[in-house]
Amino acid sequence: MTDVGDTQLYLENVSVSFDGFKALNSLSLIVGAQEMRAIIGPNGAGKTTMMDVITGKTQPDSGEVIFGRAVDLTKLDEAAIANLGIGRKFQKPTVFENHTVYDNIALSMAAPRGVWATLRDRPTAAKTDRIMALLETIRLTTQCHEMAANLSHGQKQWLEIGMLLAQDPKVLLVDEPAAGMTDAETAETARLLKKIAENHCVIVVEHDMTFVRDLDVRVTVLHEGRVLAEGSLDQVSANQDVIDVYLGR
Amino acid sequence: MITGKLFTWLDGRGRYFITTMVLLTVALALGNQVFAPDHPLHVPTFVISLFGKYLCYALLALAIDLVWGFCGVLSLGHGAFFAIGGYAMGMYLMRQIGSRGVYGDPILPDFMVFLNWPELPWYWYGFDHFGFALVMALLAPATLAFIFGWFAFRSRVTGVYLSIITQAMTFALMLAFFRNDMGFGGNNGLTDFKDILGFDIQSNGTRVVLFMASSAAVIGGYLLALAIVRSKFGKILVAVRDAEARTRFLGYRVENYKLFVWTVSAAMAGLAGALYVPQIGIINPSEFSPANSIEAVVWVAVGGRGTLIGAIIGAGFVNAAKTLLTGFLPEIWLFALGGLFIAVTLAFPKGILGLFDTWRQARPQARRPESGAATKGENQ
Repeated sequence: MTDVGDTQLYLENVSVSFDGFKALNSLSLIVGAQEMRAIIGPNGAGKTTMMDVITGKTQPDSGEVIFGRAVDLTKLDEAAIANLGIGRKFQKPTVFENHTVYDNIALSMAAPRGVWATLRDRPTAAKTDRIMALLETIRLTTQCHEMAANLSHGQKQWLEIGMLLAQDPKVLLVDEPAAGMTDAETAETARLLKKIAENHCVIVVEHDMTFVRDLDVRVTVLHEGRVLAEGSLDQVSANQDVIDVYLGR
Repeated sequence: MITGKLFTWLDGRGRYFITTMVLLTVALALGNQVFAPDHPLHVPTFVISLFGKYLCYALLALAIDLVWGFCGVLSLGHGAFFAIGGYAMGMYLMRQIGSRGVYGDPILPDFMVFLNWPELPWYWYGFDHFGFALVMALLAPATLAFIFGWFAFRSRVTGVYLSIITQAMTFALMLAFFRNDMGFGGNNGLTDFKDILGFDIQSNGTRVVLFMASSAAVIGGYLLALAIVRSKFGKILVAVRDAEARTRFLGYRVENYKLFVWTVSAAMAGLAGALYVPQIGIINPSEFSPANSIEAVVWVAVGGRGTLIGAIIGAGFVNAAKTLLTGFLPEIWLFALGGLFIAVTLAFPKGILGLFDTWRQARPQARRPESGAATKGENQ
């Protein structure tokens, strides 16, 4: 395996339960600063709950979530966590439909997030250049002045990834980026994510095995709120526990 | 020069709107002041006051559109902010009566003498100054809104639940203001005003000035609202309206954004109330009644939500219809209002302004060749 850098995200014994149902059951996970990690698992394995815990949407009942060296994420709210440098892409593409593609990126760009700062914000050439460069990366330059609502499903997915990149995060959490995409779009998305992973920590939750194979990264299998197996896709596919969970006994 | 800058800043529609407002205001004011009462072009004073009242409603509608149309916060309690602004102005007008009241007390308003109150309650201090009253007409509703919003938005109360709490707020205030020992005249409210700033409140001249002030307030409110929604802040408001969670995960503290625009909107509604009371001549607790707030939301829906100008048009249109219908067929007015709201929601959800846009988009096909360039410029 390639060098994954220092530990960026550290989860230890995280448990979350909803009305007695253990969505996460002593989940532990370590992800490096330059690592891309794929998380797979059957429905209800706790993938989305794990993202909710990392991004501050859900408070864990117990356990530790540490970002970087010492920041305890369980004490912070969504906005504070986002500003620390954790970006999140939803399973269903969520963009600002009544804004142009350009404005979607403009609102996501790393900048002061306070009320006064945004009231007084003025566009500058430097900001425009940065936005246009990003639109180039996600291949939406020609749709720049199009309303986000008019984009195709795949384009919305890319726009949302672009919005994540614009935040300039250290960690990107990406929930099913290839869902509902054509094969060509899926391959393009894999290429985009690999490029991003060169200097970011990326965690991808995915169902689509061909897509995970395209990514060619370390895979963590979740089942019933805990880690079942970890390793390369070939290793985990050969694991008897994983086969049992996926195929049923 | 400032006017020139303003006009380049405005879009085509804003330019039309402000020009129309100014021309209409000047025409009505001149019609009242220049022409003798028997002249065919004379505008009677009651018409001036009627339009003044519509303008106050328009400012209230604008305030609602700012939070509802752009931030998705449906307030069913904006009438409360309007009424509090109205009470602040009413308190000043009461103090202006002085010893001309029925009981002739130089300090205490009549209702306090009647209740055997020995002295003015502390919260009536300062209301003998017009400036203080005007500041309070903005500050009091803004403070209430800030406290209300602080708790509501921080607890992430949204949607229908928030609407219901706003409704409960205005209802609770209505019950409180009905009580005599609140010190705001109880059931009867504040009335029998004599002067404003030393001028007779009934005179033609004062009425015209109040009407013009209301018109200026609507234009000012429109420009402020436009500046807010056009800024990056305004774009974030729309983002909150359409995808609140997404905005949060981008690092924006959604509650602060809501709180700011909610507070500004409440102050705007308060100013509308403060301009309304001297023109109507009375403020009483029925202004807090939940139905008033709901009616104001209907104005915005009818005019076109999220368009600012639509809110103003809607307020004018619905209230003009109300004046006419309650004059001729009073018993059908409520049915007409209900029917209008249903028709708007089902048939033209974008309101009058939306209908106008559809009509305008359908029309230029006959003369597309020369209009292409013009529309492009206007969209920028």
